[in-house]
Amino acid sequence: MRKVAIIGVGCTKVDDHWGKSLRNLFADAALKALEDSGIERVDSLYVGNMSSGFLQGQEHLGALMADSIGMPGIPAVKVEAACASGGVAFHEGFKAVVSGLADLVLVGGVEKMTDTLTPYVSSAMIMAEDQEYTAYTGVTFVGLNALIHRLYMETFKAKPEEIAMFPVVDHQHAVNNSFAQFQSTITVDRVLKSPFVADPLHILECAGIGDGAAAAVLCPLEKAKEFTDTPIEVAASTVVTDTLSLHERDNLLTFSASQRAAKSAYEMAKIEQSDVDVLEVHDAFSILGPISLEDLGFVKKGEGAKFTMEGQTAIGGKLPTNTFGGLKARGHPVGATGVYQIVELTWQLRGEAGKNQVNGAEIGMAQNIGGIGATVTVHILRRVK
Amino acid sequence: MLRVPRYWREIPYRYRLIGSKCKNCSKIYFPPKQRCRVCGSTELEPVNLPRRGRVITYTVIRSPPSGYEKYAPYIVGIIELEGGVRILSQIVDCDPTEITIGMEVEAAFRRVIEQGEAGVIEYGYKFRPIIKP
Repeated sequence: MRKVAIIGVGCTKVDDHWGKSLRNLFADAALKALEDSGIERVDSLYVGNMSSGFLQGQEHLGALMADSIGMPGIPAVKVEAACASGGVAFHEGFKAVVSGLADLVLVGGVEKMTDTLTPYVSSAMIMAEDQEYTAYTGVTFVGLNALIHRLYMETFKAKPEEIAMFPVVDHQHAVNNSFAQFQSTITVDRVLKSPFVADPLHILECAGIGDGAAAAVLCPLEKAKEFTDTPIEVAASTVVTDTLSLHERDNLLTFSASQRAAKSAYEMAKIEQSDVDVLEVHDAFSILGPISLEDLGFVKKGEGAKFTMEGQTAIGGKLPTNTFGGLKARGHPVGATGVYQIVELTWQLRGEAGKNQVNGAEIGMAQNIGGIGATVTVHILRRVK
Repeated sequence: MLRVPRYWREIPYRYRLIGSKCKNCSKIYFPPKQRCRVCGSTELEPVNLPRRGRVITYTVIRSPPSGYEKYAPYIVGIIELEGGVRILSQIVDCDPTEITIGMEVEAAFRRVIEQGEAGVIEYGYKFRPIIKP
Protein backbone atom coordinates (compact mmCIF):
# COMPACT_ATOMS: atom_id res chain seq x y z
CA MET A 1 0.00 0.00 0.00
CA ARG A 2 1.19 3.50 -0.81
CA LYS A 3 1.24 6.09 1.94
CA VAL A 4 -0.93 9.18 1.48
CA ALA A 5 -0.44 12.84 2.33
CA ILE A 6 -2.54 16.00 2.41
CA ILE A 7 -0.89 18.79 0.40
CA GLY A 8 -3.59 21.45 0.43
CA VAL A 9 -6.76 22.41 2.27
CA GLY A 10 -9.43 25.10 2.18
CA CYS A 11 -12.92 25.89 3.43
CA THR A 12 -15.62 28.54 3.51
CA LYS A 13 -17.02 30.09 6.64
CA VAL A 14 -20.04 28.17 7.90
CA ASP A 15 -22.87 30.64 7.60
CA ASP A 16 -26.23 31.49 6.09
CA HIS A 17 -24.79 32.00 2.60
CA TRP A 18 -27.89 33.57 1.01
CA GLY A 19 -25.95 34.74 -2.03
CA LYS A 20 -24.17 31.48 -2.77
CA SER A 21 -25.44 28.26 -4.33
CA LEU A 22 -24.37 24.70 -3.58
CA ARG A 23 -21.91 24.79 -6.48
CA ASN A 24 -20.55 28.24 -5.52
CA LEU A 25 -19.75 27.01 -2.01
CA PHE A 26 -18.11 23.87 -3.29
CA ALA A 27 -16.01 25.76 -5.82
CA ASP A 28 -14.93 28.34 -3.22
CA ALA A 29 -13.53 25.64 -0.93
CA ALA A 30 -12.11 23.47 -3.72
CA LEU A 31 -10.29 26.34 -5.43
CA LYS A 32 -8.76 27.39 -2.09
CA ALA A 33 -7.49 23.84 -1.54
CA LEU A 34 -6.02 23.73 -5.04
CA GLU A 35 -4.36 27.10 -4.51
CA ASP A 36 -3.01 25.94 -1.14
CA SER A 37 -1.48 22.87 -2.78
CA GLY A 38 -0.17 24.82 -5.75
CA ILE A 39 -1.64 22.51 -8.37
CA GLU A 40 -3.94 23.18 -11.33
CA ARG A 41 -5.65 19.84 -11.90
CA VAL A 42 -6.45 16.60 -10.12
CA ASP A 43 -6.93 13.04 -11.38
CA SER A 44 -10.25 12.48 -9.65
CA LEU A 45 -12.84 14.08 -7.38
CA TYR A 46 -14.96 12.84 -4.48
CA VAL A 47 -17.82 15.03 -3.26
CA GLY A 48 -19.24 14.41 0.21
CA ASN A 49 -22.84 15.55 0.45
CA MET A 50 -25.92 14.25 2.22
CA SER A 51 -29.08 15.98 1.09
CA SER A 52 -28.69 17.88 -2.17
CA GLY A 53 -31.37 15.69 -3.75
CA PHE A 54 -33.95 16.73 -1.18
CA LEU A 55 -32.79 20.24 -0.28
CA GLN A 56 -31.90 21.47 -3.79
CA GLY A 57 -33.52 18.83 -6.02
CA GLN A 58 -30.00 18.37 -7.34
CA GLU A 59 -28.18 15.08 -7.75
CA HIS A 60 -25.24 14.04 -9.91
CA LEU A 61 -22.87 16.19 -7.90
CA GLY A 62 -19.75 14.45 -9.20
CA ALA A 63 -20.08 15.79 -12.73
CA LEU A 64 -21.63 19.07 -11.57
CA MET A 65 -18.78 19.93 -9.23
CA ALA A 66 -16.02 18.76 -11.58
CA ASP A 67 -17.56 21.11 -14.17
CA SER A 68 -17.85 23.91 -11.59
CA ILE A 69 -14.11 23.85 -10.90
CA GLY A 70 -13.18 23.72 -14.58
CA MET A 71 -12.36 20.02 -14.77
CA PRO A 72 -15.14 18.31 -16.73
CA GLY A 73 -13.78 14.98 -17.84
CA ILE A 74 -12.20 13.67 -14.65
CA PRO A 75 -13.73 10.76 -12.74
CA ALA A 76 -16.00 12.34 -10.13
CA VAL A 77 -18.66 10.97 -7.81
CA LYS A 78 -20.86 12.01 -4.89
CA VAL A 79 -20.40 10.02 -1.69
CA GLU A 80 -23.33 9.87 0.69
CA ALA A 81 -23.30 8.46 4.23
CA ALA A 82 -25.58 10.90 6.07
CA CYS A 83 -23.58 13.20 8.37
CA ALA A 84 -20.49 11.05 7.72
CA SER A 85 -20.60 11.82 3.99
CA GLY A 86 -17.50 14.04 4.25
CA GLY A 87 -15.50 11.49 6.22
CA VAL A 88 -16.45 8.65 3.91
CA ALA A 89 -15.67 10.79 0.83
CA PHE A 90 -12.21 11.43 2.30
CA HIS A 91 -11.81 7.68 2.88
CA GLU A 92 -12.71 7.01 -0.78
CA GLY A 93 -10.14 9.59 -1.88
CA PHE A 94 -7.58 7.96 0.39
CA LYS A 95 -8.31 4.58 -1.19
CA ALA A 96 -7.87 6.00 -4.69
CA VAL A 97 -4.35 7.23 -3.82
CA VAL A 98 -3.41 4.15 -1.75
CA SER A 99 -4.37 1.87 -4.62
CA GLY A 100 -2.27 3.72 -7.16
CA LEU A 101 -5.26 4.43 -9.40
CA ALA A 102 -4.84 8.16 -8.87
CA ASP A 103 -2.00 10.44 -7.79
CA LEU A 104 -3.76 13.75 -7.21
CA VAL A 105 -7.21 13.54 -5.66
CA LEU A 106 -9.52 16.32 -4.54
CA VAL A 107 -12.02 15.56 -1.76
CA GLY A 108 -14.64 18.17 -1.01
CA GLY A 109 -17.63 18.19 1.30
CA VAL A 110 -20.55 20.55 0.80
CA GLU A 111 -24.01 21.15 2.22
CA LYS A 112 -26.40 24.03 1.69
CA MET A 113 -29.12 23.81 4.31
CA THR A 114 -30.69 27.28 4.18
CA ASP A 115 -32.42 26.77 0.83
CA THR A 116 -35.52 25.47 2.59
CA LEU A 117 -37.57 25.78 5.80
CA THR A 118 -36.67 24.15 9.12
CA PRO A 119 -39.32 21.36 9.09
CA TYR A 120 -37.97 20.25 5.71
CA VAL A 121 -34.42 20.28 7.06
CA SER A 122 -35.68 18.07 9.92
CA SER A 123 -37.23 15.75 7.32
CA ALA A 124 -33.98 15.68 5.35
CA MET A 125 -31.92 14.81 8.43
CA ILE A 126 -34.18 11.94 9.50
CA MET A 127 -33.67 10.44 6.04
CA ALA A 128 -30.45 9.09 7.59
CA GLU A 129 -32.67 6.73 9.54
CA ASP A 130 -35.09 3.97 8.55
CA GLN A 131 -38.04 5.66 6.83
CA GLU A 132 -40.49 2.79 7.28
CA TYR A 133 -39.88 2.05 10.96
CA THR A 134 -38.19 5.05 12.54
CA ALA A 135 -39.01 8.29 10.70
CA TYR A 136 -42.58 7.04 10.54
CA THR A 137 -42.98 7.55 14.29
CA GLY A 138 -42.43 11.31 13.87
CA VAL A 139 -39.11 11.17 15.70
CA THR A 140 -36.50 13.70 14.60
CA PHE A 141 -32.76 13.37 14.52
CA VAL A 142 -32.53 15.56 17.60
CA GLY A 143 -35.09 13.26 19.22
CA LEU A 144 -32.99 10.14 18.67
CA ASN A 145 -30.02 11.82 20.33
CA ALA A 146 -32.29 12.95 23.15
CA LEU A 147 -33.18 9.29 23.80
CA ILE A 148 -29.48 8.60 24.36
CA HIS A 149 -29.02 11.77 26.41
CA ARG A 150 -31.77 10.83 28.87
CA LEU A 151 -30.54 7.26 29.25
CA TYR A 152 -26.95 8.47 29.77
CA MET A 153 -28.00 10.78 32.60
CA GLU A 154 -30.11 8.02 34.15
CA THR A 155 -27.43 5.32 33.85
CA PHE A 156 -24.32 7.28 34.87
CA LYS A 157 -26.01 9.85 37.12
CA ALA A 158 -24.50 12.53 34.88
CA LYS A 159 -25.73 16.04 35.56
CA PRO A 160 -27.24 18.20 32.79
CA GLU A 161 -24.56 20.85 33.42
CA GLU A 162 -21.76 18.33 32.86
CA ILE A 163 -23.12 17.36 29.45
CA ALA A 164 -23.85 21.01 28.59
CA MET A 165 -20.16 21.82 29.08
CA PHE A 166 -19.22 20.30 25.73
CA PRO A 167 -20.90 23.00 23.59
CA VAL A 168 -19.62 25.67 26.00
CA VAL A 169 -16.01 24.63 25.29
CA ASP A 170 -16.78 24.49 21.56
CA HIS A 171 -17.90 28.11 21.65
CA GLN A 172 -14.78 29.18 23.57
CA HIS A 173 -12.66 27.69 20.79
CA ALA A 174 -14.73 29.18 17.96
CA VAL A 175 -14.14 32.75 19.13
CA ASN A 176 -10.77 32.74 17.35
CA ASN A 177 -11.94 30.88 14.23
CA SER A 178 -13.04 33.28 11.49
CA PHE A 179 -14.58 30.34 9.58
CA ALA A 180 -16.89 29.44 12.49
CA GLN A 181 -20.63 29.93 12.35
CA PHE A 182 -20.85 31.18 15.94
CA GLN A 183 -17.82 33.18 17.14
CA SER A 184 -19.33 33.89 20.53
CA THR A 185 -19.19 32.36 23.99
CA ILE A 186 -22.09 30.77 25.85
CA THR A 187 -22.43 29.66 29.46
CA VAL A 188 -23.73 26.43 30.95
CA ASP A 189 -26.50 28.43 32.58
CA ARG A 190 -27.56 29.89 29.25
CA VAL A 191 -27.51 26.44 27.60
CA LEU A 192 -29.73 24.96 30.28
CA LYS A 193 -32.15 27.89 30.17
CA SER A 194 -32.55 27.68 26.39
CA PRO A 195 -35.71 25.95 25.09
CA PHE A 196 -35.99 22.20 24.63
CA VAL A 197 -35.95 20.94 21.05
CA ALA A 198 -36.45 17.34 22.18
CA ASP A 199 -36.31 16.89 25.97
CA PRO A 200 -33.77 16.76 27.58
CA LEU A 201 -31.80 18.35 24.70
CA HIS A 202 -31.84 22.15 24.69
CA ILE A 203 -31.47 24.16 21.50
CA LEU A 204 -28.00 25.38 22.56
CA GLU A 205 -26.89 21.75 22.75
CA CYS A 206 -27.66 21.15 19.07
CA ALA A 207 -25.61 22.08 16.00
CA GLY A 208 -27.45 24.70 14.00
CA ILE A 209 -28.48 24.84 10.37
CA GLY A 210 -25.76 26.28 8.16
CA ASP A 211 -24.11 26.26 4.74
CA GLY A 212 -20.49 25.44 4.09
CA ALA A 213 -17.88 23.56 2.13
CA ALA A 214 -14.40 22.22 2.86
CA ALA A 215 -11.82 20.53 0.67
CA ALA A 216 -8.47 18.77 0.77
CA VAL A 217 -5.99 17.60 -1.88
CA LEU A 218 -4.31 14.20 -1.49
CA CYS A 219 -1.25 12.71 -3.15
CA PRO A 220 1.21 9.87 -2.49
CA LEU A 221 3.40 10.71 0.53
CA GLU A 222 6.57 10.03 -1.46
CA LYS A 223 5.66 12.84 -3.89
CA ALA A 224 4.27 15.28 -1.34
CA LYS A 225 7.47 17.28 -0.88
CA GLU A 226 7.27 18.29 -4.55
CA PHE A 227 4.20 20.35 -3.64
CA THR A 228 4.62 21.48 -0.05
CA ASP A 229 7.17 21.82 2.75
CA THR A 230 4.56 20.73 5.30
CA PRO A 231 2.83 17.59 4.07
CA ILE A 232 0.51 15.88 6.54
CA GLU A 233 0.39 12.10 6.40
CA VAL A 234 -2.95 10.31 6.48
CA ALA A 235 -1.77 7.64 8.89
CA ALA A 236 -5.13 5.88 9.18
CA SER A 237 -8.54 5.98 7.53
CA THR A 238 -11.31 3.65 8.68
CA VAL A 239 -15.05 3.30 8.10
CA VAL A 240 -17.29 1.04 10.18
CA THR A 241 -21.07 0.55 10.03
CA ASP A 242 -23.64 -0.70 12.53
CA THR A 243 -27.39 -1.45 12.49
CA LEU A 244 -29.10 1.53 10.90
CA SER A 245 -31.49 2.01 13.79
CA LEU A 246 -30.61 2.81 17.38
CA HIS A 247 -33.34 0.65 18.92
CA GLU A 248 -31.91 -2.49 17.33
CA ARG A 249 -28.71 -2.27 19.41
CA ASP A 250 -28.25 -3.97 22.75
CA ASN A 251 -26.20 -1.08 24.15
CA LEU A 252 -27.69 2.36 23.51
CA LEU A 253 -24.86 4.26 25.22
CA THR A 254 -21.96 2.97 23.13
CA PHE A 255 -21.51 3.42 19.41
CA SER A 256 -19.72 0.19 18.67
CA ALA A 257 -18.92 1.51 15.18
CA SER A 258 -16.93 4.29 16.87
CA GLN A 259 -15.09 1.81 19.07
CA ARG A 260 -14.21 -0.46 16.16
CA ALA A 261 -13.27 2.35 13.77
CA ALA A 262 -10.92 3.78 16.41
CA LYS A 263 -9.36 0.43 17.26
CA SER A 264 -8.61 -0.29 13.60
CA ALA A 265 -7.27 3.23 13.12
CA TYR A 266 -4.85 2.98 16.06
CA GLU A 267 -3.58 -0.29 14.60
CA MET A 268 -3.26 1.15 11.08
CA ALA A 269 -1.35 4.21 12.33
CA LYS A 270 0.64 2.10 14.81
CA ILE A 271 -0.08 4.49 17.68
CA GLU A 272 -1.71 4.35 21.11
CA GLN A 273 -4.66 6.60 21.87
CA SER A 274 -2.40 8.44 24.34
CA ASP A 275 -0.30 9.61 21.35
CA VAL A 276 -3.15 11.78 20.05
CA ASP A 277 -2.36 15.48 20.57
CA VAL A 278 -5.49 17.04 19.13
CA LEU A 279 -8.93 15.55 18.57
CA GLU A 280 -12.02 16.31 16.51
CA VAL A 281 -15.23 14.57 17.55
CA HIS A 282 -18.66 14.65 15.96
CA ASP A 283 -20.69 16.53 18.54
CA ALA A 284 -23.78 17.39 16.52
CA PHE A 285 -25.52 17.15 19.91
CA SER A 286 -23.86 17.75 23.28
CA ILE A 287 -24.26 14.13 24.41
CA LEU A 288 -22.24 12.86 21.44
CA GLY A 289 -19.16 14.64 22.83
CA PRO A 290 -18.80 12.62 26.06
CA ILE A 291 -19.95 9.40 24.41
CA SER A 292 -17.34 9.80 21.66
CA LEU A 293 -14.52 10.50 24.15
CA GLU A 294 -15.48 7.20 25.79
CA ASP A 295 -15.94 5.16 22.61
CA LEU A 296 -12.61 6.33 21.18
CA GLY A 297 -10.88 5.09 24.33
CA PHE A 298 -9.80 8.36 25.97
CA VAL A 299 -11.88 7.93 29.13
CA LYS A 300 -13.84 5.12 30.78
CA LYS A 301 -17.53 4.64 29.99
CA GLY A 302 -19.63 7.18 31.84
CA GLU A 303 -16.72 9.55 32.55
CA GLY A 304 -16.76 11.66 29.39
CA ALA A 305 -18.98 14.38 30.79
CA LYS A 306 -16.88 14.77 33.95
CA PHE A 307 -13.69 14.91 31.86
CA THR A 308 -15.17 17.80 29.89
CA MET A 309 -16.33 19.56 33.06
CA GLU A 310 -12.75 19.40 34.39
CA GLY A 311 -11.59 21.39 31.35
CA GLN A 312 -9.54 18.55 29.86
CA THR A 313 -10.95 19.04 26.35
CA ALA A 314 -10.17 22.75 26.25
CA ILE A 315 -7.01 24.07 24.63
CA GLY A 316 -4.45 23.73 27.41
CA GLY A 317 -6.17 20.62 28.81
CA LYS A 318 -5.00 17.00 28.52
CA LEU A 319 -6.84 16.41 25.26
CA PRO A 320 -7.64 19.55 23.25
CA THR A 321 -10.82 18.68 21.37
CA ASN A 322 -12.73 20.50 18.62
CA THR A 323 -10.19 23.30 18.71
CA PHE A 324 -11.97 25.31 15.99
CA GLY A 325 -15.41 25.04 17.59
CA GLY A 326 -16.66 21.59 16.71
CA LEU A 327 -20.02 20.94 15.14
CA LYS A 328 -21.84 23.17 17.59
CA ALA A 329 -19.86 26.39 17.08
CA ARG A 330 -17.78 26.00 13.90
CA GLY A 331 -21.00 24.66 12.42
CA HIS A 332 -22.34 21.47 10.88
CA PRO A 333 -23.14 21.69 7.17
CA VAL A 334 -23.68 17.97 7.34
CA GLY A 335 -21.96 16.56 4.25
CA ALA A 336 -19.02 18.93 4.70
CA THR A 337 -18.34 18.31 8.40
CA GLY A 338 -15.99 15.35 8.00
CA VAL A 339 -13.82 17.39 5.62
CA TYR A 340 -13.84 20.47 7.90
CA GLN A 341 -12.35 18.22 10.59
CA ILE A 342 -9.53 17.23 8.22
CA VAL A 343 -8.87 20.87 7.26
CA GLU A 344 -8.69 21.95 10.92
CA LEU A 345 -6.40 19.09 11.95
CA THR A 346 -4.13 19.94 9.01
CA TRP A 347 -3.85 23.54 10.25
CA GLN A 348 -3.04 22.29 13.75
CA LEU A 349 -0.38 19.85 12.56
CA ARG A 350 1.20 22.44 10.24
CA GLY A 351 1.34 24.89 13.14
CA GLU A 352 -1.05 27.27 11.37
CA ALA A 353 -3.83 27.30 13.96
CA GLY A 354 -3.14 30.82 15.22
CA LYS A 355 -4.44 31.59 18.70
CA ASN A 356 -5.88 28.08 18.93
CA GLN A 357 -2.61 26.33 18.20
CA VAL A 358 -1.95 23.24 20.31
CA ASN A 359 1.78 23.54 20.92
CA GLY A 360 3.84 20.80 19.35
CA ALA A 361 0.84 18.92 17.94
CA GLU A 362 2.10 16.00 15.87
CA ILE A 363 -0.83 13.58 15.75
CA GLY A 364 -4.45 14.50 15.19
CA MET A 365 -7.55 12.34 15.09
CA ALA A 366 -11.00 12.98 13.63
CA GLN A 367 -14.20 11.05 14.21
CA ASN A 368 -17.20 11.65 11.94
CA ILE A 369 -20.57 10.02 12.70
CA GLY A 370 -23.31 9.29 10.18
CA GLY A 371 -26.85 8.68 11.33
CA ILE A 372 -27.17 7.66 14.94
CA GLY A 373 -23.81 5.87 14.93
CA ALA A 374 -24.65 3.71 11.91
CA THR A 375 -21.57 4.89 10.00
CA VAL A 376 -18.43 6.11 11.74
CA THR A 377 -15.18 7.20 10.12
CA VAL A 378 -11.93 7.74 11.99
CA HIS A 379 -8.92 9.48 10.51
CA ILE A 380 -5.49 9.84 12.07
CA LEU A 381 -3.22 12.52 10.62
CA ARG A 382 0.48 12.90 11.39
CA ARG A 383 2.94 15.72 10.85
CA VAL A 384 5.75 14.55 8.56
CA LYS A 385 9.10 15.15 10.23
CA MET B 1 -45.09 11.10 2.11
CA LEU B 2 -45.61 7.49 1.07
CA ARG B 3 -47.35 6.46 -2.11
CA VAL B 4 -50.12 3.87 -1.72
CA PRO B 5 -48.10 0.73 -2.55
CA ARG B 6 -45.33 1.72 -0.15
CA TYR B 7 -47.84 2.20 2.64
CA TRP B 8 -49.81 -0.93 1.71
CA ARG B 9 -46.84 -3.32 1.88
CA GLU B 10 -45.98 -2.18 5.42
CA ILE B 11 -49.48 -2.94 6.76
CA PRO B 12 -48.67 -6.33 8.37
CA TYR B 13 -45.81 -4.80 10.36
CA ARG B 14 -47.58 -1.61 11.29
CA TYR B 15 -51.07 -2.95 12.03
CA ARG B 16 -50.17 -6.26 13.64
CA LEU B 17 -46.54 -5.87 14.84
CA ILE B 18 -45.14 -8.67 12.71
CA GLY B 19 -41.41 -9.22 13.09
CA SER B 20 -39.20 -12.03 11.81
CA LYS B 21 -37.66 -14.94 13.69
CA CYS B 22 -34.58 -16.88 12.65
CA LYS B 23 -35.52 -20.55 12.30
CA ASN B 24 -31.94 -21.55 13.11
CA CYS B 25 -30.99 -19.48 16.19
CA SER B 26 -34.39 -18.01 17.20
CA LYS B 27 -33.19 -14.38 17.12
CA ILE B 28 -36.19 -12.09 16.58
CA TYR B 29 -35.99 -8.90 14.51
CA PHE B 30 -38.10 -5.80 14.19
CA PRO B 31 -38.11 -4.55 11.51
CA PRO B 32 -37.99 -7.96 9.82
CA LYS B 33 -34.78 -9.06 8.12
CA GLN B 34 -33.97 -11.41 5.24
CA ARG B 35 -30.73 -12.66 6.78
CA CYS B 36 -29.88 -13.28 10.42
CA ARG B 37 -26.92 -11.16 11.55
CA VAL B 38 -26.15 -13.59 14.39
CA CYS B 39 -25.92 -16.94 12.57
CA GLY B 40 -26.15 -15.96 8.91
CA SER B 41 -29.23 -18.06 8.18
CA THR B 42 -31.61 -16.90 5.46
CA GLU B 43 -34.44 -18.98 6.90
CA LEU B 44 -36.56 -16.47 8.78
CA GLU B 45 -40.30 -16.63 9.41
CA PRO B 46 -42.89 -14.02 10.34
CA VAL B 47 -43.67 -13.84 14.04
CA ASN B 48 -46.22 -11.90 16.05
CA LEU B 49 -44.48 -9.65 18.56
CA PRO B 50 -45.79 -9.21 22.10
CA ARG B 51 -47.93 -6.08 22.38
CA ARG B 52 -46.77 -5.13 25.88
CA GLY B 53 -43.48 -3.82 27.17
CA ARG B 54 -41.76 -1.12 29.19
CA VAL B 55 -40.17 2.22 28.35
CA ILE B 56 -36.35 2.15 28.14
CA THR B 57 -35.92 5.85 27.31
CA TYR B 58 -38.03 8.62 25.85
CA THR B 59 -38.06 12.17 24.53
CA VAL B 60 -40.62 14.86 23.78
CA ILE B 61 -40.55 16.11 20.19
CA ARG B 62 -41.13 19.87 20.15
CA SER B 63 -39.75 20.69 16.69
CA PRO B 64 -41.40 18.06 14.47
CA PRO B 65 -40.66 17.10 10.86
CA SER B 66 -43.04 18.20 8.12
CA GLY B 67 -46.41 16.46 8.35
CA TYR B 68 -46.29 15.96 12.12
CA GLU B 69 -46.69 19.59 13.18
CA LYS B 70 -50.21 19.31 14.51
CA TYR B 71 -49.32 16.54 16.97
CA ALA B 72 -46.43 18.39 18.67
CA PRO B 73 -45.39 18.16 21.41
CA TYR B 74 -45.49 14.36 21.39
CA ILE B 75 -43.56 11.60 23.14
CA VAL B 76 -41.35 9.12 21.30
CA GLY B 77 -39.67 6.31 23.18
CA ILE B 78 -37.81 3.04 22.87
CA ILE B 79 -39.92 0.22 24.28
CA GLU B 80 -38.59 -3.19 25.23
CA LEU B 81 -41.36 -5.68 24.45
CA GLU B 82 -41.89 -8.78 26.56
CA GLY B 83 -39.22 -11.22 25.38
CA GLY B 84 -36.68 -8.48 24.70
CA VAL B 85 -37.28 -7.10 21.19
CA ARG B 86 -37.12 -3.30 21.14
CA ILE B 87 -39.25 -0.93 19.12
CA LEU B 88 -39.35 2.82 18.58
CA SER B 89 -42.80 4.32 18.88
CA GLN B 90 -44.85 7.32 19.82
CA ILE B 91 -46.29 7.01 23.30
CA VAL B 92 -49.78 8.46 23.53
CA ASP B 93 -52.56 8.94 26.09
CA CYS B 94 -49.84 10.15 28.43
CA ASP B 95 -48.83 13.69 29.35
CA PRO B 96 -45.13 14.48 28.83
CA THR B 97 -44.90 15.27 32.55
CA GLU B 98 -46.20 11.82 33.52
CA ILE B 99 -44.02 9.48 31.49
CA THR B 100 -41.18 7.66 33.27
CA ILE B 101 -38.45 5.20 32.38
CA GLY B 102 -39.74 1.74 33.20
CA MET B 103 -43.41 2.63 32.60
CA GLU B 104 -45.46 -0.32 31.35
CA VAL B 105 -47.07 0.28 27.97
CA GLU B 106 -49.13 -1.58 25.36
CA ALA B 107 -49.57 -1.26 21.61
CA ALA B 108 -52.58 0.61 20.29
CA PHE B 109 -53.89 1.09 16.74
CA ARG B 110 -53.82 4.76 15.82
CA ARG B 111 -53.85 7.29 13.03
CA VAL B 112 -50.23 8.28 12.29
CA ILE B 113 -50.27 10.88 9.53
CA GLU B 114 -52.57 12.20 6.82
CA GLN B 115 -51.28 12.76 3.34
CA GLY B 116 -53.10 16.03 2.73
CA GLU B 117 -56.80 16.62 1.94
CA ALA B 118 -57.19 13.90 -0.67
CA GLY B 119 -54.39 11.53 0.30
CA VAL B 120 -54.12 8.29 2.22
CA ILE B 121 -54.59 8.33 5.98
CA GLU B 122 -51.81 6.20 7.43
CA TYR B 123 -52.48 4.07 10.49
CA GLY B 124 -50.14 2.03 12.64
CA TYR B 125 -48.94 1.26 16.14
CA LYS B 126 -48.46 3.72 18.93
CA PHE B 127 -48.01 2.69 22.55
CA ARG B 128 -49.99 3.85 25.58
CA PRO B 129 -49.66 3.35 29.33
CA ILE B 130 -51.31 0.21 30.66
CA ILE B 131 -54.17 1.29 32.88
CA LYS B 132 -54.29 -0.99 35.88
CA PRO B 133 -57.78 -1.66 37.23
